[in-house]
Amino acid sequence: MPSIKVLAEREERGVRFTGGHTLCAGCAEPMVVRTVLNAIPDPVVVASPTGCLEVATSRFPGTAWNVPWIHVAFENAAAVISGVEAAYKVLRKKGLLDKRVRFVVFAGDGGTYDIGLQALSGALERGHDFLYVCLNNEAYMNTGVQRSSATPKCAAATTAPVGEAIPGKPQERKDLTEIVAAHGIPYVAQAAVSHLIDLANKVERAMNYEGPKFINVLTTCPLGWRTPRDSAIQQAKQAVETRYWPLYEVIEGRYKINYKPKEHVPVEEWLKTQGRFRHLFRDPQGKELIAQIQAEVDRRWELLLKKEQCFGVGG
Amino acid sequence: MAGLKGWRELPLGGVVAGGTARDLNKTGSWRAERPIWHEEKCIQCLQCWLHCPDDSVLIRGGKVTGFDYEHCKGCGVCAAICPKDAIEMVPERGGECARP
Repeated sequence: MPSIKVLAEREERGVRFTGGHTLCAGCAEPMVVRTVLNAIPDPVVVASPTGCLEVATSRFPGTAWNVPWIHVAFENAAAVISGVEAAYKVLRKKGLLDKRVRFVVFAGDGGTYDIGLQALSGALERGHDFLYVCLNNEAYMNTGVQRSSATPKCAAATTAPVGEAIPGKPQERKDLTEIVAAHGIPYVAQAAVSHLIDLANKVERAMNYEGPKFINVLTTCPLGWRTPRDSAIQQAKQAVETRYWPLYEVIEGRYKINYKPKEHVPVEEWLKTQGRFRHLFRDPQGKELIAQIQAEVDRRWELLLKKEQCFGVGG
Repeated sequence: MAGLKGWRELPLGGVVAGGTARDLNKTGSWRAERPIWHEEKCIQCLQCWLHCPDDSVLIRGGKVTGFDYEHCKGCGVCAAICPKDAIEMVPERGGECARP
């Protein structure tokens, strides 16, 4: 298990992701990227689709990446990494390369849930050996907070604005972690930026498996969530405590919930700290909408508990 | 934008040298608040280093040694995560406006 000391030691030996990128002050994405890269001791090749991370880390003629990194388009990060991994396999087969190289995708929720979904599904089905990390900040933050299929119900977005017709986004968010798990790949997990050591452990465990690996990381966006710029960690932590974002793993089809909050914290506690849900606390209809959000959180949590019971590590 | 390179001088295929953003973008100029590290209160838990979005908490031999003010954007995540209040956020330039 990589402790914080081990991660620090590795970064001192070689920084894989440097400062000087132009992501917002207080953005949670670099925390995830650094932790994932430091959790992998082997050489790494990274691909990213279009998104905040891509535009802010690769402003020509500079780059914040100190590892080989490739960007092609918005929809095909998983296809790109498939090609890189296939080329690597050929080089190994021909005896031109013998070191162990790891392949990682860092993508946003837009490039994963929506635009990159078919490329991802294809890569998972073909069984390429790579780790896909979704930096899920729950909307298209790069272009100015447009709703994605990861955006939670009732969150305000520029393409789902709050008004008389709709109270923010009318639909529920898609459960992508379960969609990925349905591909039957060896390792699927959900993590949050508030639990970085848990994330590092997950990356290390994932790397024990040959084939596609997927980690969906809740990554706070102070700009889009309308929260103070120093609150990224508290926001993600509260999402975990309210059971909105459970930390769990599906290892070879076996479910394991990594953290079960002892107390039932109402999801309202998380919603009320974010500007994107502000209207729920002003509108007379807000109470009912919050009740609906709570009901959905409870439904998903109960379902997850049942899955762990039926398909758990011991089951 | 004087001194723009011609196309013959640009690297083939858009390939750039790794980690060069650090020298090109001094994002410390974004900062409105500056983190101050109080060494005597610090227990070296490295939480600030782990959570820094800008790789701006300097460490040597597994210990915090200070901040990289050239890149720190002053987000305050380190001060918020510190369990011992060893990091204090103070207004940049004593709160005075940069332009008169």
